[in-house]
Formats: sequence, C-alpha cells, structure tokens
Amino acid sequence: MSGGAPNRAGRMAVNAAAYAVTVFLLLPTLIIIPMSVGPERFLRFPPAGFSLRWYAEYFRDPDWVAATLFSLEVALLTALCATVAGTMLALALVRGRLPGRGLVELLVVGPVIVPHVALAVAMFLVFERLRLTGTLLGFTMAHTVLALPFVVFTVLAALYRFDAELERAALSCGAGRLATFRHVTLPLIAPGVVSAALFAFIISFDEPVVSFFISALDRKSLPRKMFEDIDYNISPTLAAVATMLTALTVLALLLGFVLKRAAERRAAARSG
Amino acid sequence: MRKLDADRNAGSISIEGLTRRFGAVHAVDGVSLDIRAGEFLALLGPSGSGKTTILMSIAGFEYPDEGRILLGGEDITWLPPNRRNLGMVFQRYTLFPHMSVLENIAFPLKMRGLGRAEREERARAALRTVRLDQLGERRPAQLSGGQQQRVAIARAIVYRPRVLLMDEPLSALDKNLREEMQIEIKHLQREIGITVVFVTHDQTEALTMADRVAVLDHGRLQQLGAPRELYEAPQTEFVAGFIGETNFWSGSAAAAAAPGEAVGVRLEGSGVMPALAVSRVAAGDRVRLALRPERLRILPGAAEGVPALVTEAIYAGNATTLMLEAAGGQVLRLRIPAGAGLPEAVAGEAVTLGWQAADARAFGVAP
Repeated sequence: MSGGAPNRAGRMAVNAAAYAVTVFLLLPTLIIIPMSVGPERFLRFPPAGFSLRWYAEYFRDPDWVAATLFSLEVALLTALCATVAGTMLALALVRGRLPGRGLVELLVVGPVIVPHVALAVAMFLVFERLRLTGTLLGFTMAHTVLALPFVVFTVLAALYRFDAELERAALSCGAGRLATFRHVTLPLIAPGVVSAALFAFIISFDEPVVSFFISALDRKSLPRKMFEDIDYNISPTLAAVATMLTALTVLALLLGFVLKRAAERRAAARSG
Repeated sequence: MRKLDADRNAGSISIEGLTRRFGAVHAVDGVSLDIRAGEFLALLGPSGSGKTTILMSIAGFEYPDEGRILLGGEDITWLPPNRRNLGMVFQRYTLFPHMSVLENIAFPLKMRGLGRAEREERARAALRTVRLDQLGERRPAQLSGGQQQRVAIARAIVYRPRVLLMDEPLSALDKNLREEMQIEIKHLQREIGITVVFVTHDQTEALTMADRVAVLDHGRLQQLGAPRELYEAPQTEFVAGFIGETNFWSGSAAAAAAPGEAVGVRLEGSGVMPALAVSRVAAGDRVRLALRPERLRILPGAAEGVPALVTEAIYAGNATTLMLEAAGGQVLRLRIPAGAGLPEAVAGEAVTLGWQAADARAFGVAP
C-alpha cells in the first residue's frame, strides 16, 4: 500500500474543495438565518441579540399572511394541474401515435428556453385584457405553464424505466386502456409522479418574475410581496420570511427523498 | 343445435389472407391458416419470419393490412385486445410487480367484475393447476423464472378463455427447466382442452409440443402439418433445411417426373442416384437433393453407390457422426446409430454411400 498516503492526501484535497464550494453556495442563504433573529429594526449582520419578534411580526401582519396563503393556494393548484396535464402529455408522447410529435416536444420545452421576463410580459398583456391579473385562475395558469416541462420530463423518465409490455399484459387480461393506466401504469410510475408534483409546487411557490408582472395591488404572491418590502421598508421580517421559505423548500425536498427511498425499499423488498 | 355447434367451434381460429407490411417489408405475406378448437399449433420460423406478427394480430396488438381473423366464426380482426377474451403468455413473464401472485392471477377476474370471494377462490384453483399453491402471497420478484412463467400461465387461463396465445414463453428459461415446462404445458393443454397457439424459433420445442406446426419464412407459410409430416416429407427446401439436420446436394434431373414420383438425379461430380421428386421436374432441370444424415448408409463391398472419403469420425455415445467428402468436393454428414450393428468407418477410409429413393427428396430449383 505504498500509494495509500498520497492517494488519501489527494482525496482530502478534493473533498476540501468540494466542501468549500458547497459553503460558498450556501453561505448567502445561511446568513439570512442569523439576520432574521436580530432584535433591531434594520437588517444587520451579525445580529446584536436573539429575538423572534420578526417572526411574530410576520404572522401578525395580514398582508404577509394573505400573500403566503395566496402563494400556497396557487402552488397547490399548480402542482395539481401541472401533474395531471404533464402526466397525460408524457403518456401521449411515449405511447401515443401523435402527429407532430416533434412540435409538441418543442412546445413543452418552450417555457424553459424562452426568457421568463418575455413570458411574463406576454402573460401580463393577455391577462390584463382578460382581467386575470391578481386572480387565482391567472396565477395557476401561468405557473402551470412554467412547471409543465419539469413534470413532463420527470414523468417521461419514469415511463422510460417502466416496462410497456406490462400494459399489453393488462390489456390481454381484459383491462381497458383506463383500467390499465389506473391499476398497472400509475402505481408503477407513482414515485416519478409524486416528485413531479413536488417540483411543480416548488417552482410555483417561489416563482418571482411572472408573479411580479401579473400580481395586483390587493392580491399578490409571496415573492412579489417580498420585493415590495425591500423597496419600502427593509425590515428583518423579510429575513424571517426568507428563512421560513428556505425551510419549507428543504422540507419539500426531504419529503420527496423520503418518498423515493420508501418506494425503492418496497422495490428491494420485492426482489429480496 | 346451432348453439352446440357454436360451442364446439368456439376455440377455432381462421386466419384468412393475412398480410402485414412494415414499410416495404412484408412481415406477413398472405398467410391463411385454420386452427381447430382444442388443437396445439406451433408457429415456427427464424426471426423475421412473421410468426410473432401473426400471433400479435390474433391477440389484437397488431392490425393487418389485408385479410381477416375469425375466432369461433366471429370476425375479430378489428376488436381491441381487451375484448377478445384470449389468454396470453409473453416471452418475459410480465407479471405486475406491485401485486402479489394471487392478485396477479385474480386481475383478469377483477377486470370482468367478479366479486372478491369468487376471485380469490378461482385464483387459488388456477394456482393449484400450475402447482404453486403455497406461493400465492409472494411478490413476483421473489419467484424463480420458471415459477413466474407458471404464474403467468395461471393468469392467462384463470377466466377459462377458449384460446391461449404463447409468445416464446420458455425462451428465457434454462434448458432443463424448459424441457420440463414443455411437457407440463402440453399436459395442461390436454387437461383443460384449450386451443393453444405457440410461437417458437426452436424446432425441437415445436415438434415436441405441437399437434401441428406451421413453418414460416419471410412472412410466408411454408408448410403446415404434423411434426412427423414435416420431418419425413418437407414440401419446400426451406422446411427440409430448417427442421432437423439435412445434407443438400445439387444436381440435375435425369428424366421428367411428377410430384411424388421416383426420379434419377445426376449429382454434381458424381453418378445418377435415385430420389423422390417433391415438385414437377423436366429432364435436365436443376434440382437440390435433401438427405438426412441418419438415412445415409455405408454400403458393403463393391456395391454401386457414391464413393466418398471419411474425413472425420465423431463418436458421441448414442451415435457416430462421419464427416465425408464425396467427389466434386461435396461435404456430407452421416450418422450411424449405436447398437444397430450397422457398418462403421474410421477417418481416412474410402467408402461407398447409398440411400433409399424415398429418403432423398429432390426439390426443383427456380432457374
């Protein structure tokens, strides 16, 4: 084992570099946490003490609570719509004999490629005319468009791993197309569909650009409200909100991870 | 009376002029076949012969470009697969991995709206039929390949279909298990009196299991017949070469002959030998002679026949295979069964070969 020592040194150097990059990426996010517990009226680092008053402030302020609830509603509805539509679209792309398949694929990728600002302006112009700005319907529609590609890609990946012969087997057992989907396809691609829904939820919940344009004075999403807060009064409430947002996103990712692990463990138990 | 007739023929299948094209390729080219109720029919052919396409057309996963398919006299050509009431066993086991063995078998019953208690009872009965009574609660992945395929068979027969379609169901199993399953499937078929259409590329499997075998090549039906017929009386050169071992030797007809008549054949680099004309030949027509290795004989002494040189003698216990080189460089295999007291030979020996006229089939060669 003469090569052991230099190897270990090299590996440690690589690890150190990796950790350094991770810290560099996380630091701005993490710095917000101590700033949110400072007692002063202005954002300051390091904080001069410890206080949860800005968290309390957030929950007392009806504007913050309204924006949060609105964002939650939109994110839940978006997750629902994008998952249903995206799963159907993925199925059509994989199983269907779709005329103009390439064009459909291009349209699905569209929202990822087109700059969000351009999308936002376009949506604003249309929504303004239809009186959809600041409405639950308008936001849900806009965010569904943004989340759809991610749902389609995630479900497509699950469908490619799925053995299509099982659908034939189900058909030969007398199951119709719908029963085949319900009893065979959906249960087997469920982990993919669930992570797609989580994706859609997160994308909608912290989507800033389009939300900024299609919000109304009285109905706005949480990110828009945060923008406004920065403009008018930089209070540590903002840091408190950011901290909670981060926590929520981490929780959602953890949930997805746990669900995936559970599905994998079930699969392992089957083959074990 | 009509009802009785209908019941008796419910498991019969008629394929009429079936054609399926993929682009310019004819996967199936005008195949007509009548499968009797309760018959075990094998579709045999190399890959690309169209056997699977025919099966998938019966199952409803392929739709033909021409022709139609009748099941028990009823036209099912355009019926969706889930409304054909056929049992199907796939090449890979295709059990639903998220259901237990029993749930898998009960699935067709569930789709037909049967109650839970009856589903369970009939699924257990089907599981007994394939002799896996104890494994109902397991997941498919916990079973061996052979067990999984048995479960797939149970799932395919649980709702008592008239017809069972099998797409190379044993090709994923190892040799011993495959032979065991061949016999088991054959027994099961006799027991429940179901029509079986069985796709395979393995001629031994087809000959062992089937009542009749349909040999296919390039989308065309080459010959349909009982295993013995195919081996003893192949109707085309392809069948002669595909079923069993065959030596081919080119030559020309010494005289005109009608199908089934004896004809002398002038072999390339050798003399005239007796044969049986399979198709009509005129004097001087080019023919190909098909000779089974075990029907070739070494003639004693100075008898008249084809002189050849033994290049190799391979002893295999139950038989000895001789590799021979006849005049004109023609290579032949000859098999001498052990224990029959037939004359043998060693490498380097010069021998004289002969055969019965009926054992040499002469196929006309298209000019």
